[in-house]
Amino acid sequence: MKSSVIIFPGSNCDRDMDVALKKFGFKNQMVWHNDPSIPKSDLIVLPGGFSYGDYLRCGSIASKSKIIKPVIDFANKGGLVLGVCNGFQILTETGLLPGILQQNKFLNFICKNIFVKIKDKENKYFKNIKKDILELHIAHNEGNYFCSEGELKSLEDNNQIAVTYCNENGEDNDQNNPNGAIKNIAGIFNKNKNVLGMMPHPERMIDSYLSGEDGSLFFENLISNFN
Amino acid sequence: MKIKVIVTLKSGVLDPQGKAIQQTLNGMNFKKVEDVRQGKFFEIEIKEDDEKKAKSQVEEMCKSLLANLVIEDFKII
Repeated sequence: MKSSVIIFPGSNCDRDMDVALKKFGFKNQMVWHNDPSIPKSDLIVLPGGFSYGDYLRCGSIASKSKIIKPVIDFANKGGLVLGVCNGFQILTETGLLPGILQQNKFLNFICKNIFVKIKDKENKYFKNIKKDILELHIAHNEGNYFCSEGELKSLEDNNQIAVTYCNENGEDNDQNNPNGAIKNIAGIFNKNKNVLGMMPHPERMIDSYLSGEDGSLFFENLISNFN
Repeated sequence: MKIKVIVTLKSGVLDPQGKAIQQTLNGMNFKKVEDVRQGKFFEIEIKEDDEKKAKSQVEEMCKSLLANLVIEDFKII
């Protein structure tokens, strides 16, 4: 399986993502944001970081990069596009995903392990995954997901909510909402569920010594869903 | 020609920075401040003599980049 990780000026999780993808069997290549096209890929990843220094709005400048047009074409043809953290912010700014990531409710940069509940498994990312609750890592200042009431209804009606913040028992209520995100949303799909944006970093949880291994579950499952 | 744009959060959208500024002002004895909304201000120098045409281009810029219409409104002044 071939994957491509897009590098924007200010991306800083691109190499972690490369390591994670390769560890679980993807043949990964790095693609510069100013390239006109993307090499043949089964999966495109927009990594975390601070593209363009988060100027204007997080992800807004990156969403106008030269590489974004081929990313949108790939997504519209059903290709898998995963955006993590800043990648999620870029996906909302491109319009591939609805809503926006606002500043965290309590104005603090949050860097900690959290739990997320998988809300939908009828998709290539989470189908057959062995757990319902994953321990992952978040590190962001703008992770407070917001969308209009109409968009929220549409997300709920189409089962587009991918993961929600919760505690280790899966309770996704206000007490377990780190950043004020509407309905505890930590990640969403587009309508066809080939595009996934999420704030938590699975690539940071792939080593039993350094972190935990719930990110490993995510990547192992993803590649097995391709095969 | 110089065109000025103000981008603000739509009413009803949470503005935590505005809230923090309001609370700070209250703490500084500006007790009558009831609400603060923070926004962005742009000055755009555009090579165009016709004001109407310039403003129409700036409107396109606002819709496609300067403002995110999910949460923000813009005003061209």
